[in-house]
Amino acid sequence: MAKTKKPRRVEGGFSSKLIKKPIKNWFLLFMGPTIICFVIGFVWPFIQGIYLSFCKFRVTTKVEFVGIQNYISVFQDPTFFHAFWYTALYTIVSVVFINVIAFAIAYILTKGIKGSNIYRTVFFMPNLIGGIVLGHIWSMIFDGILSKFNTSILLSTNLGFWGLVIVMCWQQIGYMMILYIAGLQAIPEDMMEAASIDGATGMQQLFKVTIPNMMSSFTICLFLSLSNGFKLFDQNLALNAGGQPFIWKGTSQIKTTEMLALNIYSEFYGSNTAARGFAQAKAVVFFIFVAALGLLQLKFTREKEVQQ
Amino acid sequence: MAALKGEKRFNTFLTVLFAIISIFWVVPVLLVLINAFKLNSFVKTNTFALPFGEMWAGFQNFVKGMTMGNYNFAKSVFYSFYITIVSTFLILICTSMSAWYVSRVDSLISRIVYYLCVFSMVVPFQMVMFTLSRTADTLKFNTPYSIPIIYLGFGAGLAIFTFAGFVKSVPLGMEEAAAIDGCGPVRTYFQIVLPVLKPTLISVSILEIMWVWNDYLLPYLVLDKNLYRTIPIQVQYLKGSYGAVELGATMAIILMGIIPVIVFYLCCQKYIIKGVAAGAVKG
Amino acid sequence: MKKLTVILMVLALVFTSAFAQGAEEVAAKKGSVYWLNFKPESDAVLQEVAKAYTAETGVEVKVVTAASGTYNETLTAEMDKSNPPTLFVVGNQGAVASWGDFCLDLTGTPIAAELSTDAYNLYDENGKLCSIGYTYECFGIIVNKALLAKAGYSIDDIKDFASLKAIAEDIHARSKELGFDAFTSAGMDGSSSWRFSGHLANVALFYEARDNGWTAGPQPATITGKYLPNFKNLWDLYINNSAYAPNSLATGGYDAEAEFGKGQAVFYQNGNWEFDPLTTNYGMNPEDLAMIPFYSGVEGEEMAGLNCGTEGCWAINAEAAQEDIDATMDFMVWMVTSETGTKLLAQTFGAIPYKKAAPSNNVFLDQANEYNKKGCYVMTWAFNYTPAVDDWRAGVVSAMNQYDNAPSDETWKGVETAFVQGWANHYAKDHN
Repeated sequence: MAKTKKPRRVEGGFSSKLIKKPIKNWFLLFMGPTIICFVIGFVWPFIQGIYLSFCKFRVTTKVEFVGIQNYISVFQDPTFFHAFWYTALYTIVSVVFINVIAFAIAYILTKGIKGSNIYRTVFFMPNLIGGIVLGHIWSMIFDGILSKFNTSILLSTNLGFWGLVIVMCWQQIGYMMILYIAGLQAIPEDMMEAASIDGATGMQQLFKVTIPNMMSSFTICLFLSLSNGFKLFDQNLALNAGGQPFIWKGTSQIKTTEMLALNIYSEFYGSNTAARGFAQAKAVVFFIFVAALGLLQLKFTREKEVQQ
Repeated sequence: MAALKGEKRFNTFLTVLFAIISIFWVVPVLLVLINAFKLNSFVKTNTFALPFGEMWAGFQNFVKGMTMGNYNFAKSVFYSFYITIVSTFLILICTSMSAWYVSRVDSLISRIVYYLCVFSMVVPFQMVMFTLSRTADTLKFNTPYSIPIIYLGFGAGLAIFTFAGFVKSVPLGMEEAAAIDGCGPVRTYFQIVLPVLKPTLISVSILEIMWVWNDYLLPYLVLDKNLYRTIPIQVQYLKGSYGAVELGATMAIILMGIIPVIVFYLCCQKYIIKGVAAGAVKG
Repeated sequence: MKKLTVILMVLALVFTSAFAQGAEEVAAKKGSVYWLNFKPESDAVLQEVAKAYTAETGVEVKVVTAASGTYNETLTAEMDKSNPPTLFVVGNQGAVASWGDFCLDLTGTPIAAELSTDAYNLYDENGKLCSIGYTYECFGIIVNKALLAKAGYSIDDIKDFASLKAIAEDIHARSKELGFDAFTSAGMDGSSSWRFSGHLANVALFYEARDNGWTAGPQPATITGKYLPNFKNLWDLYINNSAYAPNSLATGGYDAEAEFGKGQAVFYQNGNWEFDPLTTNYGMNPEDLAMIPFYSGVEGEEMAGLNCGTEGCWAINAEAAQEDIDATMDFMVWMVTSETGTKLLAQTFGAIPYKKAAPSNNVFLDQANEYNKKGCYVMTWAFNYTPAVDDWRAGVVSAMNQYDNAPSDETWKGVETAFVQGWANHYAKDHN
């Protein structure tokens, strides 16, 4: 598919006057609803969010401007740092597991084993069950298993961590597998044939032909799972929240299995209700980080395209 | 010949291996089914046992689940369906129109909208969750009947981006011909552009349906929780310490909640899987 | 075609928003009541109260209940909305500090005139009457006297911690033969953990408060945890003398009320609000029920009474529209004066500190009075001083989970840290 960033590249010209003029008269119909909703649902909340991150407030009718005080506090907050590193660690581990397994499954399924359609259907299925519901299903399962070993997912940071990894693998492998299958099927068949005539072994084919030709699939899947990992909230809430392990650092009580998104959420809606500006500042820092990841992805995908 | 035989044996091995792996994928859903029929006190202690004998609860978990937390679960199902269908429909119509406009009219506002959309795709929900719920509340958009507007607003970015990517690759010939024939933009859009967009419409709608149906935090913060709870909100609410936790009944409502999804999935799995693959490759 | 499409589009958009608007506008003129309640166990009855009032007067009353442990969070979110609660709960000094600005001064109002005592009123530092009690409650260990007799004991045998412990351990040892156990499950999930991190913690907090005279001063910045061993005494007794393994408590999923109601255990730590569900839902005979104090091995505890106090204090939102404030005031007065109102309140809260309160048949409250008559000391609710109470309790719960999983001196240290250090830290964070 054309990833046309520079619209003028498109054949036939970007805008034909013949079409452009009449459409313009219908601006209100074509753009009006979307723009209004976009402003309500994104632009205005975003601007207000930036502003409020510089304020101290409990309710938005009484707001006091405090400058960058909130940001200073964010970078002195051990719970935020802990959540950041915990999230980073979780993301790296889950990205590796999800992508390796998903690619392996996709690779084997495209080799034409019996019933590959059924497997595809089965592996993708968890994506239709939402994060909250998934979290509760798995929390019941982990409970059933771990209570036999006299422990629980809420009792140890390790169990909480691996529990979450298992749940996310279970959910996301199917999704990434679909994307890898699409990538595998896009490789021209004659290329594979040529390789096999040249006497390349299965492994050689895989590493010399298949993988290099799927770089764009890898980029997409890696970044997708990366940003999914960083933004993870629902499963973390359903599986790990409520009586999770704590550690103390200075005067801060750190919930060890709390990820960034949940950390921001509990700061907003937690019991220290005067800390909302502080929470909003955390959210802005979080946004900058996620946005940086996104831009990096854009850059990568573009470079790869040029190479091809 | 020997190699072929070996390959065959290897294939059998893979088939068996995959059969085992897929059990791992199916079991959690089966466990929901099993435990929905189990008496509450056995769910925790005998999670993996079949619900027969003294554990058999019949349909009492379902009856209990329907009214748990003083809330009629049928309402949750209705709101989940309503919000998902209306939001998806609204997003498809509005954003595909805008995407067409943005691609065909080269103006400042087109570019602003387009780049803002690209920008909004990298903004995590936590960034706007508080202010968005405030805005929605001020405007009284806190009902299932108006929340689609919020979904359109927050979800517009990805949809416009995807549609625009597709529209731009469509040759102008047909549209120009239609214009010469005196066909107005509205008719051109509905009769010529929309049919061409069909594959993209399907893949965007799949992504939006999966997002909206499963979404928890946005409706949780925006909706008036006492009147309107979607399925994920209700499930979380019951686990979130509202009186005694009824695991059996919770599993019963989870089961009722996922049955429609699984049926929907099995019916349209071809489109869904294709749509997901196409959507991501484009994005 | 053109026009039709435009009309359709506009309709589609306006339709969705208008739908919402319409419904809201109707009731706005008259003044309505929105009560943010914090006790999940009272929710059912309060919904009835609201319905009864609406049926009688036509004034709309909305009762919303926060899930347990999330009251403050819910209050903050609701206060920021366009229709904030008109009536909310400010139950302790910490809440007065946070929400005092939003409280209407209740001095000299019709509802204050109905009070029978000012013992449960909360004032801010300027002497503004921020909130007034609407209930007083007591908690302790509920005993099933019939089962106790079956095991060969009477309630008079329990005089202090040593006797309680001996009886509980004996019942637990014979539980197979007797068919019931000593204590109900002590589940630590959100639906039940407050009984321990909140109520049982009063053992440690009350005695420390009594030693240091907290009641006179403001919220203490630090605590010493001097009486934590007593807290541990009772906790160990609970978890080691019930039918449920201690290491299964963290994730909970148990229903202690049902266990007690069905006669599976003799002792059940909870409060007077359990009287209604136990007698109506489980058909228990009121004569079989009794409540004993927290005997925990503190010197002189033979003279201990029940834990009495309240965290249920009404405050009116000063920022609400005048007609809503008036409607709320009328509603409050109705609740404490009318026959229906007082009856329903007595049903869920037992006793209310108002002149026209309906007589309560709650045996637990009667017992609280009996202890008072005998000259026992009331264990007041010292936990009302806790800073960032939900977070502090969450920390204690987490540490207790670690302890239950592997009881040892080391894991108990974690509980001590959560108690003492947690208090100091939360206090410091709040006052910063």
